[in-house]
Amino acid sequence: MSAPLILGLSFGYLLLLFAVAAIAERRAAAGRSLIDNGLVYGLSLGVYCTAWTYFGSVGQAAKSGVWFLPTYLGPMLAMLLAGVVVLRMIRIARTYRITSIADFIASRYGKSPLLAALVTLITVVGILPYIALQLEAVSTGYALMTAAPAGEAAPAYGATAWWRDTALYVALALAAFTILFGTRHLDTAERHEGMVAAIAFESVVKLAAFLAVGVFVTWGLFAGPADIWARAQQVPELRDLGRLGAGSGAGGFAHAQWFAMILLATLSVLLLPRQFQMMVVECVDERHLKRAAWVFPAYLFLINLFVLPIAIGGELYFGAAPVNADTFVLLLPLAEGARALALLVYVGGLSAATAMLIVETVAVSTMVCNDLVMPALFRWRGFGARAGGELTGLLLNIRRVSIVAILLLGYVYFRVAGGAHELVSIGLISFAAVAQFAPALLGGMYWKGGTRLGALGGLTGGFVVWAYTLMLPSFARSGWISADFVAHGPWRLDLLAPEALFGVAGLDNITHALFWSLLVNIGLYVGLSLWRAPGARETSQALLFVDIMKRHHDGGEAPVFWRGRARIADLRALSVRVLGTERGGVLFAGGAEVAAGGALADARLVDRVERRLAGAVGSASARVLVASVVEEEALGLDDVIAILHEATELRAANEKLKSLDQLKDDFISSVTHELRTPLTSIRALSELMLDTPDMDDAQRDAFLRIVVAESERLSRLVNQVLDMAKLESGQAEWQNSDVDLRALIVSSIGAMGALFAERGTEVVADLPASVPPVRADADRLTQVLLNLLSNAAKFVPEGRGRIDVTLTVGARHLEVRVRDNGPGVPPADRAHVFDRFRQGGDALTRPSGTGLGLPISRRIVNHLGGEMWLEPDAGGGACFGFRLPLPAAPEAAEAGRTEQ
Amino acid sequence: MNATVLIADDEPNIVVSLEFMMKREGHRVLVARDGREALALIRSEKPSLVLLDATMPELSGFDVCEAVRADPGIATTRILMLTAKGRETDVARGLGAGADAYVTKPFATRELLERVREMLT
Repeated sequence: MSAPLILGLSFGYLLLLFAVAAIAERRAAAGRSLIDNGLVYGLSLGVYCTAWTYFGSVGQAAKSGVWFLPTYLGPMLAMLLAGVVVLRMIRIARTYRITSIADFIASRYGKSPLLAALVTLITVVGILPYIALQLEAVSTGYALMTAAPAGEAAPAYGATAWWRDTALYVALALAAFTILFGTRHLDTAERHEGMVAAIAFESVVKLAAFLAVGVFVTWGLFAGPADIWARAQQVPELRDLGRLGAGSGAGGFAHAQWFAMILLATLSVLLLPRQFQMMVVECVDERHLKRAAWVFPAYLFLINLFVLPIAIGGELYFGAAPVNADTFVLLLPLAEGARALALLVYVGGLSAATAMLIVETVAVSTMVCNDLVMPALFRWRGFGARAGGELTGLLLNIRRVSIVAILLLGYVYFRVAGGAHELVSIGLISFAAVAQFAPALLGGMYWKGGTRLGALGGLTGGFVVWAYTLMLPSFARSGWISADFVAHGPWRLDLLAPEALFGVAGLDNITHALFWSLLVNIGLYVGLSLWRAPGARETSQALLFVDIMKRHHDGGEAPVFWRGRARIADLRALSVRVLGTERGGVLFAGGAEVAAGGALADARLVDRVERRLAGAVGSASARVLVASVVEEEALGLDDVIAILHEATELRAANEKLKSLDQLKDDFISSVTHELRTPLTSIRALSELMLDTPDMDDAQRDAFLRIVVAESERLSRLVNQVLDMAKLESGQAEWQNSDVDLRALIVSSIGAMGALFAERGTEVVADLPASVPPVRADADRLTQVLLNLLSNAAKFVPEGRGRIDVTLTVGARHLEVRVRDNGPGVPPADRAHVFDRFRQGGDALTRPSGTGLGLPISRRIVNHLGGEMWLEPDAGGGACFGFRLPLPAAPEAAEAGRTEQ
Repeated sequence: MNATVLIADDEPNIVVSLEFMMKREGHRVLVARDGREALALIRSEKPSLVLLDATMPELSGFDVCEAVRADPGIATTRILMLTAKGRETDVARGLGAGADAYVTKPFATRELLERVREMLT
């Protein structure tokens, strides 16, 4: 087809992307976000499927059958864990405004700039080949579309001059797109609405195109999957492609390889910069995870559905012709003259490549800007945080330049190294590079013991092994270094052969590299972490990361590990400088506190400012910036633990206060209720007497008696409420002396004698001849005894009541029991007899009680170091008992002496 | 003007005052000491008016009120709710339960009488 047609289509498609992104941005501005939706979120995760999937899967399937599958089984596995691992990542990133993998790891290990830079370097080195791969795919696709028809091999790489190379222009056009929609806001913690919508749209396009070509091959060129299968059985090379053992050489099922590949893919879907960007940074609402956890795997399933039929169909179709299976999806429709379908497939491939390029460059440029360029700039004199001028524009420009630089570097790599390998092996090398982040990142989310040193050591070790076992051999295959090096190791030391370290042979190069690099990585991470204790900042960050779910569950705020002096005005100036006047100012609610100029910020405000800055420049740089404008105390490990302890205690104290407040409210509401009842009678009866001058004397007399009784009740109530309040607040006065409890009981019964006689109640006291004295306030103790006796007197039957009072001497206590022959306490009320305002008995007995007698008595006994209880089964009547400690018992003596 | 009035309250001294007022008005007075007794008397005696205390043992005044409104035989019984709690939530709850009027304790006897007269005409 003609070059102008293909070029027009390519740029037309990019314009369409612009339109989708622009619409999404406009909707977001109007408050109707397109991407706040589980389906769109799930589709945007489809950025995992790049040109590698689109073209490479078929190529791989043609060579080694179902061996392409682990790359997609891994992510499905990862999504099973979405609710655990990904949710945790999202919450941490959201809380601390983390915007990249580098930032995540650096932040976890004490906001280490060194660690951030290391992660960024590994990412750039590891991801460049992957970017080159996408450009190569676009370029190949273009070449195939514009080449002479039917079955012709792709043109040689580097055949076109660079200024005529489509890949270059695609790279530049994408740089423009990425700059436009990826660097709109400085704060990368804010979402890129347009970009995410465009990526979700691209996911749909590539899936539709791939399904279309799949249907075309399966039912257009052949008579369905069964037909393809049957024909494949006739060809010896194709017969085994559908079997699990295919591609693993010896014909058996390669457990180690499958395991390694699935592990690699599982880690990649969590750790690739673009996946982290889409899954964690761009996640609008963590609830979308639930939907994405099946949308994304379903997407992967669909896009893999026709891989085998196309691969086998292509092999059958082209037979012995020298056609690269990576290009089957395009060549099959082209060879059949299905122009429209070929165009659609081309656009699908373009969408797969561009989606990856856009998101990957946004993610990597953020890392390069925040973790490589900014720290270098801050170190540069004259650019210190105290220097003037807004950084907003500068930061955005650095990010823009990074985007262009990354894409151009990818292009250069593609020009230099392109064509050396199949698409798949390049992609896997990148996967293995980012897999090195797993120990530090996953370990850091679950293990508080991981340290900065461990992370640095693990990453460096893993990266070195990765470069040695994967990068160097790949250079050797490209002919840049001697192939002999790969076969026999440096200096012909076979033990050091890059693809068979220490004689470990029989594994493919990826499995081998993954095994050694992760072994070294994890070994160093754990070993070094255990070897040396972490510093204070590492410890505090570890606590914040690992306990994120717990805090979310408790609803508590995270403790702030900061002490020092910070002027609000300084913080404000810094925020405005980095975030701009509008965004920077929002942090400081109300101008009043700022106007004060010298006003000091509390730790929480400092923390908020630092987090906010972290969203723009990364947590390591934010730390440097904040530290430069405030006076900080260096925290020791002890301080961290102390702060954590304080935070926990503060929360406990707050909860206690809240429940006390509730108790107080309940108490006041009960008291007012209790006060109103006698008041009602007094008021009503008095009014009636006033309004009824002709009332007869007997009636008036009865009313007056009630008024007096209710007034007494009222004053008793007031006294007891005050008494209770005093006891509860600990302000009661206690005049403790040695008290003869026996004498006290005798005199209390005596004092109640008139009442007992009036009601015909018999009181039987069973007391020893003499008892040892107890340490107590005699008046208070009498109050307890009178209360128990009058309670009993209220409930015994008129005329034949009987109350038994017993006093027994135990080894360490004196025990008093007051038993009556009344109706007893109903089982339902037993648990509440000591609650305030819980009165037993019927209404007739109530005017003489306040519902406070028993609670007050119990409090007094408790204060004297004893306890009061209701006997479980008193055989008919109720029996209350209490015991007081004898001074002989040491702990009892202690309790008895707590006088005020 | 002579009607049957049921007084349902567990505070005997309040019953004394209410009983005196109602008798002076010339009404026949019935007394219930708890919610269950009140409901039984409403069903058997069909009083024209119930002075109903909100907080009583067994069945609360609110419960009695709801039970009365749900029973077609006595649903039209006029109910004046008395409560010691003047909180607005209780007023709302009382009216929600279907009381015709609502008077808080301590009440003014004249006002209560006025409401009773209104309700019985």
